[in-house]
Order: sequence, then C-alpha cells, then structure tokens
Amino acid sequence: MTALPTEAVPASRPTGAPSGPAHARPRRTGGFPVARTLRYAALLLFLLIVLIPVYVLLVTSFKGPGDASPARAWSLPTEWTLDNWDTAWTTLSPAIWRTLQMVIPSALIAALLGSVNGFVLSRWSFRGANLVFTLILFGMFIPYQAVIIPLNELVLDLELPSGVPTLILLHVVFGIPITTLIFRNYYQTVPHELVEAARIDGAGMLRTYWSVILPISVPSFVVVLIWQFTSAWNDFLFAVFFSSSQNGPVTLALNNLANGALLQNYGVSMAGALFASLPTLVVYIILGKYFIGGLMSGSVKS
Amino acid sequence: MIKTAKKAGRKAGAPLLLIAPSLILVGIFVYGLIGANFKTSLSDVHTAGQATGQAPAGTVWLDNYFDLLGSEAFQHSLKNLFLYTGVFLGGTMLMGFLWAWLLERPMKGEGIFRSVYLFPMAVSFVASGVVWRWLLNSNQDQSATGLNRLFQMIGLDFLQNNWWNNVDYGITAIAIPAIWQLSGYVMALFLAGFRGIPDELREAARVDGATTWQLYRHVLFPQLSPIALSALIIIGHMSLKSFDLIMSISKPANYQTKVPAVDMYVFKSSFDYANAAAVGSILLVLVALVVVPYLVRTNRKEK
Repeated sequence: MTALPTEAVPASRPTGAPSGPAHARPRRTGGFPVARTLRYAALLLFLLIVLIPVYVLLVTSFKGPGDASPARAWSLPTEWTLDNWDTAWTTLSPAIWRTLQMVIPSALIAALLGSVNGFVLSRWSFRGANLVFTLILFGMFIPYQAVIIPLNELVLDLELPSGVPTLILLHVVFGIPITTLIFRNYYQTVPHELVEAARIDGAGMLRTYWSVILPISVPSFVVVLIWQFTSAWNDFLFAVFFSSSQNGPVTLALNNLANGALLQNYGVSMAGALFASLPTLVVYIILGKYFIGGLMSGSVKS
Repeated sequence: MIKTAKKAGRKAGAPLLLIAPSLILVGIFVYGLIGANFKTSLSDVHTAGQATGQAPAGTVWLDNYFDLLGSEAFQHSLKNLFLYTGVFLGGTMLMGFLWAWLLERPMKGEGIFRSVYLFPMAVSFVASGVVWRWLLNSNQDQSATGLNRLFQMIGLDFLQNNWWNNVDYGITAIAIPAIWQLSGYVMALFLAGFRGIPDELREAARVDGATTWQLYRHVLFPQLSPIALSALIIIGHMSLKSFDLIMSISKPANYQTKVPAVDMYVFKSSFDYANAAAVGSILLVLVALVVVPYLVRTNRKEK
C-alpha cells in the first residue's frame, strides 16, 4: 500500500515499542457490566463483518465445480478439493519467486540509504537540512502517475531490463522518502550527548554513524525493512507499467489470473489471492508490533 | 585540530556528500521527472509514432488541459474521484474512530480485536480486489451471489443493488473495500492518540464535575484533532491516487468507475502520452493542494 506521513515525531522509541505499550498507562476501569457487554457485542459484530471476505476467500478456494450454483455461494464446499490451490500455485509460483528477488534487495538498499539520510538530517545536520528533508519527503506523497511517462523513457534510456531490475530501482528510489522519515524520527530520540561525546572523542561523521548510531538502529531497521517489504510486495502500479506477465511480480500475475480468463474461475483466483497475501500476512502476524511502528511512522504526537 | 560541535554542525560539505546519492536520485526521479512530465503534457504526442519519436511532435501549450477538463468523460472521472474520496474519507474516519473509542479502555481480548481490524492493511489491493469483486457482484434474485445473496439470506432483500455497475454512484461501491482495508489504520492512529492523553487531564475534568460529553467536547476532542487531521491527509491523498483497487474490481474499460488514475493508464496504453502526462499533472496538483500546506506547517512547527 502507499506511503504514510509525517509529523516529525518518533516512529518507534529506542526501546522498540512503537505504539504506546499497554502497561505504560494506569489501568482504568472497564466500565459498568452492561456497558461492557454492549461494547463486547459491538466489537464482536464488527469483527465478524471484517472477517467476511476471509470466510469467502477460504471457502471458495476449496470449492469444486459442483458448487458453482449461486444458491451455494455462501455454503461450505460439498466436497473439499485442493485443485484450485494446485492450479493457483502452478500459475503463481514463478511470479512469487520473482517478487522475492525484487523485494529483498530493494528493501535492504532503501533501508541503508534511509538510515544514512536520517542520521545526517537529524544528528549531523547542516543549515537548510529541514528544507532538504521536506523536499525529500514530498517524494512520498506524489501520485506516481505524474512521473510515469518520462520515467518510462528514462528506464529505456538506461537500458535496464524490464521486470525485476527496473522494479528494484523504482522501489529503492521511491522508498527513500519514507525510510528517511522513519530513521530521522527515530534518531531524533537519540540523546544529543551521545553524538557530542563521540565528536569530542575525535570521531568524524562516518565513524560516529558506524560506531554510535548504527549499533542502536536495529529496531528501526526492522520497522523499515518490514515497511519496504510490504509495500513493494503489494505494489501494483509500478508492476503494471514496468513489467509484463512473463517477468512481473505476483500482484500482476494475480491480476491476470483473476481478470484474464474468459470464464472467471473464482476458486482459483481466491486461492491465488491467499497465496499472494501469505508472506505479508505472516510478517504481520509474527512482527505485528514493528509493522504498526511503520504505519505510525511519526503521524502521532505522543 | 578539534572543531567545536557547533561549528562542525554548520559545515554542509561532508554531510551533504553522504546523502548525495539519495538527493541525486530524488532530484532526478521526483523533481526532474515531474518537470519532464509537464513538458510532455504541453505537447501534441497523441500517437504511437510520435511517442516513439518516429513522427514529429509539436507544442500545444495548455490545450490538452483545456480539452481534458472540458470533456464530459474526464469530468465524469473527476466527479467519481471526489465521490469516492468523500465516501472513503467519511467511512474510514467514522469506523476508525468508533473502533478506537470502543477499544480505548483496557479490556480482555483487545489485542485480538485490534489485530483483526488492522489486518486488511497487510493485504494488497489486488488480492482484496479478487474477493470484493465477488462480493460486489451485481446479479440479483435467483442468480445473485456475493453480498446480494447474503442480503437475501438474512431477509434484507431490499438492499440488493447493482453495486459498481451504477453509472452515477457506482464508484462509491468500490469505496467499501477501501474502507474495509483502511479503517483499521485510522483506528490505530486514534488509539495512539487516546493513549497519548494523560490521565491527569481526564481526572482534572472529572474533579471539576465535567459530564462525559463535556469531557469529550473540551478535553478529548481537542487533544485528538491533530491526529484526525493527519488521518484525513493520509487517507485523502491515498484516495486521490486510487488505482489498484478500481482496476482489480472493475477493469479499466468500465466507464462507471473510472477515475483520473485509470484514464492515465488507458491513455498510456494507447500511446497518447500527452494526455497521460496531463492527467498525471492534474493529479499531482490535486495531491499537492492537500499535502503541501501540511508539509509546510509541519516544517515550520519544528523550527
């Protein structure tokens, strides 16, 4: 999904606890029993509504041709079959592999650049650094539609192969604003004294970055890598303009699978949608705390 | 020689050199290309021959903009865009705030609710488009599937409708999956906001005898308003750029649900680069109107 802003505040605190940890606030009472019951009922209702698409995806992906009748649209499969999963995997697995090849290098490179930028713009800054930062940040809000036509020519001029190599470049370049933002916000929470002490000890800029800043950057590297991984994995816009179904990522392959065939086979496309979402969902489930840290990237004053 | 920290801080040479790669990349790919795009939008490159440089191209200045803004088809796209943005913004703000408000007090199982409300954020629009295309199927009665069938099953037949196949407001149907996908994010923003409010503030209000409404009106809402503004800007600019979801639910050929980003794709596919570039620039202006004041304000506040 697309980018997020911006108030200049810590994305995640140095402790690595991004969104106000529960134990930090005094427990207030849960309210009167009736009010509490009503609240639970409302929350449960919304939970069910949010999960409707998940039910549809799962159930449909296990249905065979015998369940094609509209009357059975919402029922469980009469006969559970793995055929759809099989077909979807055969169709999508090359694209999933290409997406991994695209996402991992672009996340790593964008994170490194963002870390250096964040350090310079917050803790080794210079006159005009704020303006430079704002100019970089603007890059994260622009609609890419406003650059795609000349970008297309530029990519041709650079003679970059279409597909993975081009997409790596684009995800790195257009990832710089958000990674810079997250690191800058994080480094602003690093005490000035730490940097000053290194300077007084005679450490230069690179040495300070290498031996003081980088070692404490692990939490924000996790946040940034997850963010870049997710947004590059889920990207469709660059994919559709700068790759083809032969060399493109999984979003493009899924879109072709779902919309390409003359006869729509929802079972296969839903199994495919689940495959395509699995990596980001696994990251969300395992590293949710850091995922939210990326989402928040500074839009909240605390 | 030992420089004092302050003096060293003022020297721009070394730090600029370190961030030079990023500055050059952003300079070229963002600002340079925006300029080049604007230049193309002033040209008359409407055919494949011109796009590939085999046929001559001229400059028509702002004619493409006038033609676009004057055409019924593009006005329809703009109308769709504003309708979509209105519903998307309204829906996410309402649901996001409601969920945050319900989850604001500590309670058992809050983590599960939070995680489930937020999970659609981790899924691509293309993947969610697959299932929402099924849910928003316009067939009704006997042949109904999707939500229309569900409405029949729970006795709400009258709710059956055409969804995105309606020419006038079909686009608002596509705002439903968008709301599904981003309300959790707005919730997370508001939750962080609620938790940032010191308990002493509430206590003080209570000691002063404030009613619950007064507490919200005079203490909580003012504290939350910067977050509401952030959420509006984030969702608003995302909405103006919406493309993936619309493409995966209704395909570019659908007049009912087209927006400028879809027009841009169609123009590009038919080598009408001038119009594609013009649509891109129009989108950029729309987004900039929302974002630039916000960035300037943020920048100023920091100084």
